Amino acid sequence: MKTSQEARDVVGDYKSGWHDTENSTIRFDSGLSEKVVRDISKIKNEPEWMTEVRVKAYRHFTEREMPTWGNMSMLEQINFEEVCYYLRSSSATENDWDEVPEEIRNTFERLGIPEAEQKWLSGVTAQYESEAVYHSIREDLVAQGVIFLDMDSGLREYPEIVKKWFCSVVPYSDNKFSALNTAVWSGGSFIYVPKGVHVKMPVQAYFRINAKNMGQFERTLIVADEGSSIHYVEGCTAPTYSTDSLHSAVVELVALPGSHIRYSTVQNWSANVYNLVTKRGIAHKNAKIEWVDGNIGSKLTMKYPSVILKGEGSHAEVISVAYSGNGQHQDAGAKIHHLASNTTSKILSKSISKDGGRGSYRGMVTVSPKAENCKLNIVCDALILDDESRSDTYPTMEVANPTARCEHEASVSKVSDEQLFYLMSRGHSEEEALALIVNGFFEPFTRELPMEYAVELNKLMALEMEGSIG
Amino acid sequence: MFKRDDIGTSNMQSEVPLLEIKNLHAGIDGNEILNGINIEIGAGEIHAIMGRNGSGKTTTANIVMGHPDFDVEEGEIKLSGNNLLDLEPWERAKEGVFLSFQYPQAVPGLQVGNFLKKSVASIKGEEAAKGKNFRELLKKSMKELNMPSSFLSRYVNDGFSGGEKKRFEILQMMLLQPKLAILDETDSGLDIDGIRTVATGINSSIRGTESGALIITHYSRILDYVKPDKIHVLIDGKIVATGDSTLATDLEENGYDWLEEKIKGGDE
Repeated sequence: MKTSQEARDVVGDYKSGWHDTENSTIRFDSGLSEKVVRDISKIKNEPEWMTEVRVKAYRHFTEREMPTWGNMSMLEQINFEEVCYYLRSSSATENDWDEVPEEIRNTFERLGIPEAEQKWLSGVTAQYESEAVYHSIREDLVAQGVIFLDMDSGLREYPEIVKKWFCSVVPYSDNKFSALNTAVWSGGSFIYVPKGVHVKMPVQAYFRINAKNMGQFERTLIVADEGSSIHYVEGCTAPTYSTDSLHSAVVELVALPGSHIRYSTVQNWSANVYNLVTKRGIAHKNAKIEWVDGNIGSKLTMKYPSVILKGEGSHAEVISVAYSGNGQHQDAGAKIHHLASNTTSKILSKSISKDGGRGSYRGMVTVSPKAENCKLNIVCDALILDDESRSDTYPTMEVANPTARCEHEASVSKVSDEQLFYLMSRGHSEEEALALIVNGFFEPFTRELPMEYAVELNKLMALEMEGSIG
Repeated sequence: MFKRDDIGTSNMQSEVPLLEIKNLHAGIDGNEILNGINIEIGAGEIHAIMGRNGSGKTTTANIVMGHPDFDVEEGEIKLSGNNLLDLEPWERAKEGVFLSFQYPQAVPGLQVGNFLKKSVASIKGEEAAKGKNFRELLKKSMKELNMPSSFLSRYVNDGFSGGEKKRFEILQMMLLQPKLAILDETDSGLDIDGIRTVATGINSSIRGTESGALIITHYSRILDYVKPDKIHVLIDGKIVATGDSTLATDLEENGYDWLEEKIKGGDE
């Protein structure tokens, strides 16, 4: 089948499941302690305030209980003592691919990053294990004052901006994993877009875990100043190992009045990665935040991109898809808080479960008593491909202002034999027919992605449908 | 005027027929629906199967296309002499079988234009779905069927009216240019203009070509515009009569009961 071959060419076979020889320059012993936290801060030569935040967060982490939702039995299997919390494979962040150590460069070349950079991106950061190994941004954007750095460089070069916003959207005490991230964070992106600047082409970050039992804890902060706009895209993969890795990121977005931030993710971790991520944005007056969130890989994902609609007339959108295959649980959704009047929000969640996979939509939308004339629209669709698979919906709505207009639709469907027969009668094999149905189901999501990502996602799903017909 | 099927399907041509259904016994979950059907269609011919609801018309169509729910107990189905029974539905499509569905299925999110391209590529090859020739054939066919170009960006059968669904089936037939087109109740849900449009599409695809068509219908309306070469009447899974297009008129006037009576009479 041609599509499959193309897909393999693009994504390999898990698709991104190979790994390089681990060639670390610094690798911490497994396990977490206050000393580990202080050592990370020391290696990075951080200002004192950051060390203190890390230590406070660490203490909170040790006391904080595990979440009581999602998949508790999977969460309990995480052994925090076996995780490596810091691993550096390259001594510097380069801005020329030729300077990046060859093996690491090869990894990103196989993932197509340098090629994409040349074709359609404004800037790229590539993170390998704990640190960014490559970073670049188009010069015209630099000239307009756009800052796009890895988070560590951001802290070094713009400490006052980082200090102002760090933990302002997601406090370390938000949940156990935001505390963990704040304690041991390394890498991630730092972006500041000045007033009125529109970054037309997306900027991309690519996260790669290569080592076994690795913990990746990137931290991203995006501040869009008044009337500016930016589209940030992230992708992630890891090799397939029999032991688990932990990815626990925190992303904070600040959309100042009239600005627009779109944050797109195609998460394709291997099925041994725990993906426990806290993503939240604050939208000020007339600002707009959109999360476009695709979860295809990982063992367990718990992620609910959130928006706090703080300013009047602000708007939030969360469009997400989740694919849960054998042994996978995608517990994903959205949270939106309407704190101001005339704010609007839209949630579209699509999930597919197959081969015993489990997909859950977990959503929370609130309207505060003072927020007048808010509009909320929530649509959750689930597609179940066989009898062993499962889909659940956990929607919560707390509307404390009677002027709010809420719409909520939910559907669960199965692929029918008649639908498959119809497509097969048009020359498509059973697997191809299934891929057409599945990609159609995801279409409202893929059309929001940059074309290159949409194509890759469709190919990925075609691969997932392969060999699925018994 | 009409003959029993065992006489009617006697081989009138010396060459290999386009479609040959021989002594077909088939059913679902052990219940026999078709008990011994024989139909032979030559190149350029249009045949019709008429019969009441539940007589086995749609089952016949589904079995020729290869619907996985049905089991063929006995008999043969051959297209240009090639056995179809061992082939999967998509392989039959590639051999040149096309089924216009009575109830076309919706596939939300799959755009019509994209789907047409993919289907043509799959059945007629990548080259056929590319470039000017494809675009021109598409444009011409849509014009013939009175379909606006905005149709191409809609989702397959999603929210289509009954008439739109049927026109879309015929559009697919015109692009896929099958050897054998089976049209299952394509006239139901269409007004008289729709029937005329669809009939034009069928005539231009079959008449004077090497292709053939099998039209399945309750009513004779569509047969006024597509004059079939032969009409087969199906009752309880058996073809009880085969005749020319005047059989449709007689059935329209006198009903199936008349025919059943007549056959009984003939048997005595």
